[in-house]
Amino acid sequence: MSSEALHKEPLNLIIAGVGGQGNVLLSACIGTALLNEGFMVSVADTFGVSQRGGSVASHIKISKKTLYSSVTLEGKADIILGMEPVETLRTLGEFGNPQVVVIVNPRPIYPSGGAAYPDLEELKHVIIRFSSRATFINATEEALNMGDHLYANILLLGSLVGSGLLPIGRESMIPVLEERFPGKLRKPNIKAFNRGLELGSKSFR
Amino acid sequence: MTSIALNKPGATLLLMGNEAVARGAIEAGIGVAAAYPGSPSSEVLPAIASAAQELNIHVEWSVNEKVATEVAAAASFAGIRSLVIMKQNGANVATDFIVNLNMTGIGEAGMVVFVSDDPGGTTSTNEQDSRAIAKWLDNPLLEPSSAQEAKDMVMWAYEISEAVNLLTFVRGVTRISYTKSNVVLGGLPEKMKTKAYFPELWDMHNPRKSSFTAGPSPVAHKLLHEKLGEVRALFETSSFNYYAGPENPELLLITSGACTSYCTEAVDELNVGESVGVLKLGTTWPLPEQLVAKHLGMTKRVLFVEETDPFLEQSVMELAAGLLPTTCDLAFYGARSGHITPYHEQSTNRVIHALTDIVKTGPYHPRDLTYATEVRDAATIVPLRPINLCAGCPHRATFWAVKNALQLDGRGGFVCGDIGCYSLGFAGPGFFQARTMHAMGSGVGVANGLGNLEDFGFDQPVLAMAGDSTFFHAALPALVNGVYNKSSFVLLILDNSATAMTGFQPHPGTGELATGDPAPVVDIEAICRAIGARVEVCDPFDLEHTTHTLLRMMDDGTGVRVIIMRHMCQLLKAKRGIPRRYKMHVDTTKCLWDSCGCDRLCNRILGCPGLMWNKETGKADIDEALCVGCGLCTDICPAHAIVREEVTR
Repeated sequence: MSSEALHKEPLNLIIAGVGGQGNVLLSACIGTALLNEGFMVSVADTFGVSQRGGSVASHIKISKKTLYSSVTLEGKADIILGMEPVETLRTLGEFGNPQVVVIVNPRPIYPSGGAAYPDLEELKHVIIRFSSRATFINATEEALNMGDHLYANILLLGSLVGSGLLPIGRESMIPVLEERFPGKLRKPNIKAFNRGLELGSKSFR
Repeated sequence: MTSIALNKPGATLLLMGNEAVARGAIEAGIGVAAAYPGSPSSEVLPAIASAAQELNIHVEWSVNEKVATEVAAAASFAGIRSLVIMKQNGANVATDFIVNLNMTGIGEAGMVVFVSDDPGGTTSTNEQDSRAIAKWLDNPLLEPSSAQEAKDMVMWAYEISEAVNLLTFVRGVTRISYTKSNVVLGGLPEKMKTKAYFPELWDMHNPRKSSFTAGPSPVAHKLLHEKLGEVRALFETSSFNYYAGPENPELLLITSGACTSYCTEAVDELNVGESVGVLKLGTTWPLPEQLVAKHLGMTKRVLFVEETDPFLEQSVMELAAGLLPTTCDLAFYGARSGHITPYHEQSTNRVIHALTDIVKTGPYHPRDLTYATEVRDAATIVPLRPINLCAGCPHRATFWAVKNALQLDGRGGFVCGDIGCYSLGFAGPGFFQARTMHAMGSGVGVANGLGNLEDFGFDQPVLAMAGDSTFFHAALPALVNGVYNKSSFVLLILDNSATAMTGFQPHPGTGELATGDPAPVVDIEAICRAIGARVEVCDPFDLEHTTHTLLRMMDDGTGVRVIIMRHMCQLLKAKRGIPRRYKMHVDTTKCLWDSCGCDRLCNRILGCPGLMWNKETGKADIDEALCVGCGLCTDICPAHAIVREEVTR
């Protein structure tokens, strides 16, 4: 695995979401899995002063050669994992380019204070327009079907791994998740991951 | 997760810069670590605490950074290596001790301070560059450019410290502290065997071992400068300083810390590696002058890239002035020329921008121009997510009561704010009630001054605010001052049982130590009474009682009055599995929304994230995923449309 070259150097992944959605958990899991496979990774969770409900973006730079600075250069995202649609577009605005690939959970999280939220269909249309490929994974719905909306993040992680966009596969991620989720948390999270994996690999087949 | 004390030399872990600092100190064999929480440095001490028992390290959250520094120094006096950790503001608090510590030295065992600055002010009220403090106090200063270097530098900092008997600074910034990256571990030392012993250092012939009492100053100060000369010599050959680029670069970038990778990435991005070189300095005070002079001699133009002040810029230009006339044809770029801002954090894009101007590479387009214009335009539909207090935050209830009480009182009263989650009192989440905000404890100090202006006709009620952790850190002296000097104000102590903003660290009022072990509880209420203040206690969610208490305390005579607003932080409750009090719902037959005239009081003004507007019903709604059932909105809805039901268990 680790002897394979990256198709792009560095490979820039951004996870865009809202405080409380589990960005930091995902970026740490992805970073650890990559590191275990011999990659150099820089992971920055740029949460600013946001407490719950603020915009959170995790930037992950993946390299075979060197450690890069943690923040993605303007217009240089390769993959955006959007945990929320508005945050996906916010990230596209600064880091998108005609080649960027996007995986999005289309479930909105409305900003507090009653600010207007754009029409969801329009939002999806814009996300599609400004990416080379956009896949919508109904992670919140799927997670609710599994009993808790909180599984949405691990499900999305599964979709990202299933898409084949990362230089690591399921076998690299499972041990990391098993360590992260001990005891009775393990089974439902692995289940959510596998469900996401299935949805991701289907749409990127 | 993998323990910070993993004893596998050569293993690679994904560590945050702050964890790497902790690991470096552990590998260096520290016996004592002390800190006061402050982002971006807050994670260092908990990382050490997680291994404290296993490795026999005393860790403590001290009440403030000065005490933390004194605690750590005492360990070094007694032969035990020590670490003290703080954010940039804390360095100011500790400085009064450090300036004197530099006169006495630290003894046989090394002492390191890790200060993490916050360029961009992501989690701060200022962008102070603490490097200036190290320079001004005459301490060696190291600046890591990655998590790996943070670990390695902390270890080396102990050697420097012991070589010259002086506290050594390691300066981080937000991007170093909070970026996770590959860190290769070293080995762990043998379990501490040193017996702590306070030495008799008196040696008339060796001023370095005379005593731990400061003075006579000129002698000790002369010695301090001699020590710095020795440090400079060590720095000249340090592998933390290195150059990458052509032998005679057209432009030399001089940089340090997080800016190092911005420089190398900018050079790569513009493909100017054949003409532009990067001199990265890890040892930034005292400046390794011979090394820098050598590189100045190889170029004609120099650009400084650093955060935040022009620190290297000024040191190097001062050196260049001393080297005249050999440096007379050098051109310098940086903060002075306007290419690098002496404020905000830097980035690769900022360096690219500076390079395109200086090296004239032509315009830089990071992405297709049409795409860039169109996507930015399309992204304008994205709403802001304004900073807010959490759903169920007790501070929201406190600010609501304060807003109403001040309005009812009608004498133009206001709040002197302070540092904590409740800093949001200056903005919408605190209903714009806080009108001053400076350092920790300053709310009480400023209220002291205002409360003594009655001879000048001042008659507005003054409320000061301090959190429970802030109370111990710096509000206590100001409170004593207020009673003693007969000032007149009402202090609200927002006691949420934690240092919530920085991650729920315990403090003397919580009954818990940094290790999680139980501790004696220092009783805030009893302290205030003992000082001589009148004290009342409210649960801010009892809005009526709280508002009445505020009104009565404001109206009721002069002197220092204290109201303790006591309610546990909602996030802490969630962490501890404390169940919600209410189940909330909106009675859609009662909510009148736009036709009510309340102007969306719940959703727009109270602004709790757990409240939303349901597009389908056109009414207020509860966001089940965020609401924690505090019940506050029931009390504020004029149509009585928000219903709370006690959760029975």
